[in-house]
Amino acid sequence: MKTLLQVDNLQTFIGQYHILQGVNLDVKEGRVTVILGRNGAGKTTTLRSIMGLTPPREGSITYEGESIHGQSTHVIAKKGIGYVPEDQGVFADLTVEENMKIAVRKADDATRERQELLLELFPDLKIAWKRKGGNLSGGQKQMLSIARAFVNDNRLLLIDEPSKGLAPIVVEKVMEAILELKKRTTIVLVEQNFLMASGIGDDVFIIDDGRTVHQDTMEAFKSNDELKKKYLGVGI
Amino acid sequence: MALFLSLLLNGLALGMLIFLIAVGLSLIFGLMGVLNFAHGAIFAWGAYVGWMVYTSTGSFLLAILAGTAAGFVIGWVMERVFIRAFYGNHVAQILLTLGLMIVMTEGIKAIWGPNILGFDPPTWLQGTVPILGELFPIYRIFVIGVGLLVLIGVHLLLTRTKYGIIIRAGVQDPEMVQALGINVKQVFSLVFAFGAALASFGAVVAGPMFGSIVPEIGMTHQLNAFIVVVIGGTGNFIGAAVGALLVGLTQTFMAYYLPEAAVAVNVALMALVLILRPQGLFGARR
Repeated sequence: MKTLLQVDNLQTFIGQYHILQGVNLDVKEGRVTVILGRNGAGKTTTLRSIMGLTPPREGSITYEGESIHGQSTHVIAKKGIGYVPEDQGVFADLTVEENMKIAVRKADDATRERQELLLELFPDLKIAWKRKGGNLSGGQKQMLSIARAFVNDNRLLLIDEPSKGLAPIVVEKVMEAILELKKRTTIVLVEQNFLMASGIGDDVFIIDDGRTVHQDTMEAFKSNDELKKKYLGVGI
Repeated sequence: MALFLSLLLNGLALGMLIFLIAVGLSLIFGLMGVLNFAHGAIFAWGAYVGWMVYTSTGSFLLAILAGTAAGFVIGWVMERVFIRAFYGNHVAQILLTLGLMIVMTEGIKAIWGPNILGFDPPTWLQGTVPILGELFPIYRIFVIGVGLLVLIGVHLLLTRTKYGIIIRAGVQDPEMVQALGINVKQVFSLVFAFGAALASFGAVVAGPMFGSIVPEIGMTHQLNAFIVVVIGGTGNFIGAAVGALLVGLTQTFMAYYLPEAAVAVNVALMALVLILRPQGLFGARR
């Protein structure tokens, strides 16, 4: 299986704090790679480091065989990486339509098709099309953020805690959508909700105290109660 | 009634000029978080370059074009050379832009001298027109008209074009704009230059309205523009427009009825907004 994104020994500082102290990832094409870990383990910083939003001080990030370490965020994004941040990053003052419009890099037929698919997956967005981002519910914001990341021909999506703060029924909807997108792109998913993550993930990386401490397939990890208890504090 | 109308039109004309300065300042502050104390000096440079072209060619349109272009270039260079290194550092920005303001104002004195220079309207904009039985200077009507056109133009730019959407999005969350593959730094440079161009455009238009220009011409207007930005909410276009008209009208009416308090009332208005609604009348809560 081809590796799409390879992260080795990522070292990232925020101010004087040494947040990432050796994160490794190996993201295979066409699969959903889940990053699990406790609060404050460095999951969000890992995604931000890959995007160049919190540039790492050391380590290497290779995307499609090319180093993207040290490049500007907009250059990294244009290489085909979509980002759904933890706070969704929806522009409150812009309508849903404008939020989508700003994301579109190339208004071709393929993009229009993808947008149609997204509106089928998230009919709520169609209804709220002219509504301002700030007036959307938490679930709708999440849907918009995911739609914005996928409307371009992005070969990799980085999605940060899509279930955070959402009602279970909305989480289910978002999960279904991610499963649908999985057929078309590669996904890195940061998630605290293990039930959700285990339902859609193929591979697992556990980050603890800023380090990758374990990597596995989701199948193997799911059945290993000892590991789950050790790193996630859950015994499901 | 005649007096009221006259004050109203004067207030509107002043408000439009303040709007032209404030809208750039507001976008620059809202988008880039830069407190630009040299904005008034850019305004002054626009006025002087416009005056120079006007007196040497006799063409007011060329003067407007040259003044606006000068503002654009100054803004572009200022952002690239000086401002870019100090994003996020307000103290450095204040010191830097205050310094630039002094240097630029002294530069005007060195080139054009420290004295007042007369700036008359072109012949085709001289004279008066009767409005409801009252004679009113054509030039002030022209200023209101031009201001309205720019207001509509900028509004359309911000709401109907992709570039406008990017600017509005950038005011809220520049990081996310970058993550969508847009070069925010380039947008910053352009907005800075565009804001500076609008101010210097306003300056050339303002020259004949006041009848003369002095090297410190930018100072008073800059103060008004800052008041407008606070009242309207940073980065908010509608806020800048409404705030500018409010400040222009208040100043004009106060200057007639209570001249001693003309400036103080606007500052008091700003203080009131800061206490009751710190995000400005139209600004979103952050």
